Amino acid sequence: MNTGMPTPTPLPLGELPRLLSLMTGAEKHAPSATSTLDVIWVLYDRVLRVSPATREDPERDRFLLSKGHGPMAYYAVLAAKGFLPVDTLRSFGAYDSPLGHHPDRVLVPGVEVGSGSLGHGLPLAVGVALGLRAQRRSRPRVVVLLGDAEMDEGSNHEALALAGRQGLDSLTAVIIDNRSATHGWPGGLAARFASEGWHAESVNGRDHAALERAFSHPRDGRPRAVVAVVEPKE
Amino acid sequence: METMRDRFISTTHALLDREPRLALVLADISAATFKEAKRRHPDRVINVGIREQLMVGVAAGLALTGLRPIVHSYAPFLVERPYEQVKLDFAHQDVGAVLVSIGASYDWAAGGRTHQAPGDVALLDALPDWTVHVPGHPDEVEPLLREAVSGDGRVYVRLSLQANKAPRPVLPGRFDVVRRGARGTVVAVGPMLDRVLEATAGLDLTVLYAATVRPFDTGTLLATLGRPDVILVEPYLEGTSAHVVSSALAHLPHRLLSLGVPRKELRRYGTPEEHDAAHGLDAPGLRERMRAFLL
Repeated sequence: MNTGMPTPTPLPLGELPRLLSLMTGAEKHAPSATSTLDVIWVLYDRVLRVSPATREDPERDRFLLSKGHGPMAYYAVLAAKGFLPVDTLRSFGAYDSPLGHHPDRVLVPGVEVGSGSLGHGLPLAVGVALGLRAQRRSRPRVVVLLGDAEMDEGSNHEALALAGRQGLDSLTAVIIDNRSATHGWPGGLAARFASEGWHAESVNGRDHAALERAFSHPRDGRPRAVVAVVEPKE
Repeated sequence: METMRDRFISTTHALLDREPRLALVLADISAATFKEAKRRHPDRVINVGIREQLMVGVAAGLALTGLRPIVHSYAPFLVERPYEQVKLDFAHQDVGAVLVSIGASYDWAAGGRTHQAPGDVALLDALPDWTVHVPGHPDEVEPLLREAVSGDGRVYVRLSLQANKAPRPVLPGRFDVVRRGARGTVVAVGPMLDRVLEATAGLDLTVLYAATVRPFDTGTLLATLGRPDVILVEPYLEGTSAHVVSSALAHLPHRLLSLGVPRKELRRYGTPEEHDAAHGLDAPGLRERMRAFLL
């Protein structure tokens, strides 16, 4: 979709609370409402090679929000980076809004996959990475964001096993860990990925420099898992 | 004798060589038969292991990058087990794929319920925009598959070990008028044609042959309609296409008999022919029920 509109100047990090308020109507936001905010910001601000101008370029980096619940942080970052007009945020959840409580790739420019039902994003991301590899597109990265509770879904374990065996080093899974999985992950989530041949590490999910470092690690023949630890869900 | 599955495998091999956009995603089923294709196209022939949710998700991911995936497994493991993936990863993401199943309703009758999928077409019918092909002969598989691969849509190709003795011409999207009569119309789907012709011998009926059931060719049904008594003979769940016929005939008083596989689990093994007989889907069973309906 090309709206023909000029891309607005990107907004700085400090504007995100205001953008979130356009959707929530609230002045302040609990950590649980923004558990993904720092990760998504760091990705779009410092890591991913994608912009409103290149969002249909086959050589772009892909970001797949698998954990589609609570997409306000995602929409806020997309608006800040010029993928959608800031004013659109006010329509969040309305009948004719492109911005639902779960994102839809058909309705929102720059959204790579529609999500909401948990456990679809990682398998799709593995397919995207394999599709790029089959077309000899070695440059683009595929980054998929999941939640620690989302890892309960068995489909993710199908995908992480295959990605490890295939050595899909264009793939990065970032798991927002707010300890919301009902039965927990004894030994930590990073260990699950590592045992399947991934390069896995845990970082502070609020520390921008640490996140950037984790996302910028050179490719080494293995997919990467970044467990971004944030405040426990209340 | 060459089966529909054999023809699917040979056609897919040829298409993989010719179409750089084509990919094949498997979950172990039939993987051994695609060994040569895997050697020639290691990045486009992907066996994910026994992981059916992943098989569908990976195929959709490939489609998101512009590839055209064929996804293949036994019918229950292709349509039923990963049904939410089929629903969300294709239509909701606005991408397409070609799903090719084997096993049909009870090709492996002795395998029992776990390997039977009479509900597959009805399940896909609950989703938007699936084209559904039910070939009745191995020779019909190749043109249907080639057409499916050349497009971008969502296509299901339902292969079976049950087949008619001779192929019918493949008319994309159209029913084939096998014969004309005045007392009513029988729509025979895929492998049901031979037994329908046997069952309707001597009866003054129009017989239409459908190798494609979605979209359902209501145009030919209406154009050839004599007396508005319609009999559907489908090799999957009975009544799967009843709503389409009812809608097409809503403007006139009509009667409809829907024959197919009943919902109730049979809990018998044996052969497909024995299951046909148990369900009244062999020629004598069909004839008896058709005559009772037409009286």
